[in-house]
Amino acid sequence: MTTEAAESVEAAGVAPAADPGFLQRYGASIEYILIPGAALVGALAVFGGFIALYGKNPLDLYFYMYYGAFGTWFSWQNTLTRAAPLILTALCTALPAQLGMVIIGGEGALLIGALSATSAALALQGAAPIVVQIAMVIAGMIGGGLWITLSGGLRQYRGVNETISSLLLVYIALAILNHLVEGPMRDPASLNKPSTREIGAANMIGSIPGTDVHWGLVFGLVAAIAAYILIYHTTFGFAARVAGGNIRAAKIVGLSVGKLILTVCFLAGSCAGLAGMIEVAAVQGRTNANLAAGYGFTGILVAFLARQNPLAIIPVAILLGGISASGGLLQRRLGLPDASVLVLQGIIFVFVLASDALYGRIGFLKGKS
Amino acid sequence: MADASLGLWTVPLAVFGGAIRVSTPFLFVSLGECITERSGRINLGLEGTLVMGAMSAYGISYLSGSPWLGVLAAGITGALFGALHAGICSLPRVNDIAVGIALMLLGTGLAFFLGKPLIEPTAARLPAIDFGWWSDVPQLRAALRINVLFLIGVAIAPLLYWAFRTTRWGLLIRTAGESADAARAMGHSVLLIRLRATMVGGFLAGIGGSFLSLFYPGSWNEGLSSGQGITAVALVIFARWDPMLCLWASLAFGGAAALGPALQSVGITSGYHLFNAAPYILTLAIMIITCSPKRTLTGAPAELSITR
Repeated sequence: MTTEAAESVEAAGVAPAADPGFLQRYGASIEYILIPGAALVGALAVFGGFIALYGKNPLDLYFYMYYGAFGTWFSWQNTLTRAAPLILTALCTALPAQLGMVIIGGEGALLIGALSATSAALALQGAAPIVVQIAMVIAGMIGGGLWITLSGGLRQYRGVNETISSLLLVYIALAILNHLVEGPMRDPASLNKPSTREIGAANMIGSIPGTDVHWGLVFGLVAAIAAYILIYHTTFGFAARVAGGNIRAAKIVGLSVGKLILTVCFLAGSCAGLAGMIEVAAVQGRTNANLAAGYGFTGILVAFLARQNPLAIIPVAILLGGISASGGLLQRRLGLPDASVLVLQGIIFVFVLASDALYGRIGFLKGKS
Repeated sequence: MADASLGLWTVPLAVFGGAIRVSTPFLFVSLGECITERSGRINLGLEGTLVMGAMSAYGISYLSGSPWLGVLAAGITGALFGALHAGICSLPRVNDIAVGIALMLLGTGLAFFLGKPLIEPTAARLPAIDFGWWSDVPQLRAALRINVLFLIGVAIAPLLYWAFRTTRWGLLIRTAGESADAARAMGHSVLLIRLRATMVGGFLAGIGGSFLSLFYPGSWNEGLSSGQGITAVALVIFARWDPMLCLWASLAFGGAAALGPALQSVGITSGYHLFNAAPYILTLAIMIITCSPKRTLTGAPAELSITR
């Protein structure tokens, strides 16, 4: 875990220019691992204290969390399955962040992506599974992409704050989903839990051979690596980072900021839409309210913890996937409410943000010693 | 049968009654956020504060038997969350919007965690004043059963309007929001002003939450708030940071939110979920109409990160 994070962050981190001395060269990179790591440990300690107040042994807590997340092959598979949509929804926050935008509506794009993908599959019943699957991927990505583009467009052309509009769009997406699932798209056979018709077992995307982890994880990994290359190794990504750093400078050098915003928002939304498609095609098999499981919101936390770096998102998503995977075990063994995972996520988020104040302030990392 | 004789009039009546009932949380959260934003900070975490307020009010009301103690507890919880927000934001290079998102998650999670044992029991609820005693029409009487908290909220709006204009505190908050340097030059601590403004904002938002669990809908469950907190934050933006406009906007929102249930009561059930989304659609629509990329909004505090 840590080494993986180390490599990815080091590749991305900007080492201070030419001066011998290990700390001076890698100080900044070490900071990017040390500070979030310390924030994580601090958050776990506070959560342990909270659990102790609740009358449980924090050491049991840590043990079961580890065991439920990474202790066995079974829990690893559970963790990785949960990490897949988290990687994608985190990209939905991390990509616009390169432009200085705070998009927190990944959940909405996920739901719209799931609806679009399901619609595509239901429209193509009878076609070859591979055709249906490709159509689902495309429909999910376009649906989610357009949903976030809406926020980006409103920001660019109407000056509407993208954070608030994207969050409002989550509730609107949920209403659309509930409306369609209980009305026009309802499968009459779904009595207790209104759902659409099933996309069909043949059209499910299945698991990676030898595991119970579905192919969605591969989708997520590919998307994260592609996003990393796009942001750090293409002209487009460079332009986006310039615009994110100083919008006036970007305009002066002739960058079309509007086009950048719309494109990046579309890509971001299509990642979250893909997550929705995966949840339908690999887990649920249909669209219903179960899809609003909060992956979009946890994705925001993943993106911030990874400091908006697409490669760092991968280990962080696995870590947070592990935390949510251990939730069931905490409920069964320690009798903790299912919301404990939410509490821990909230505490981690607060610590990570507060730790932003520490960058550049840790004396021994400046190479002064 | 009064129901039959009223016919379609039940819809506007239910919307009117709903506007008063549903608008109360919007009103408290938006007034609270108005104070915070006027001081130059945005607290997106009021959604979490609202849910925490609802949970703690219900818990304290259940344990003590007094709903008003519950309201107080909700306010104090809200103020503590406000202090947490302001405390983290006063660290250098910390983004207030991101902290808000974090506290939204933390507040909701903590409320669900601690509120688990409260889903079953019934707590003492807030009393309502019957303003419809003169009428025989049950729907009208139902619409005019108005909660004291609503009246308090309605009274706070003009009070705040006056306080912003004329009192020393109002002036200090506005100075911190318009120009932190000016406030510093006057020898005041901007961080301290914002800490207090965020705490008062959280206090009011917590009280808004207590209304949810102690009056309408009047019980504690995990689906109690569905974005009212965040809608209220957006509401402040198109109310142009003016407490009186917050009041009118909250009423309009309450009416919009009451539309779905009102139509359902006369048998129009299709599109129920879409009508429930009316406040969000309305917020978005009004933001689209009133915002502009060319200029900052009139009345916007200059220090606010969301308008820069």
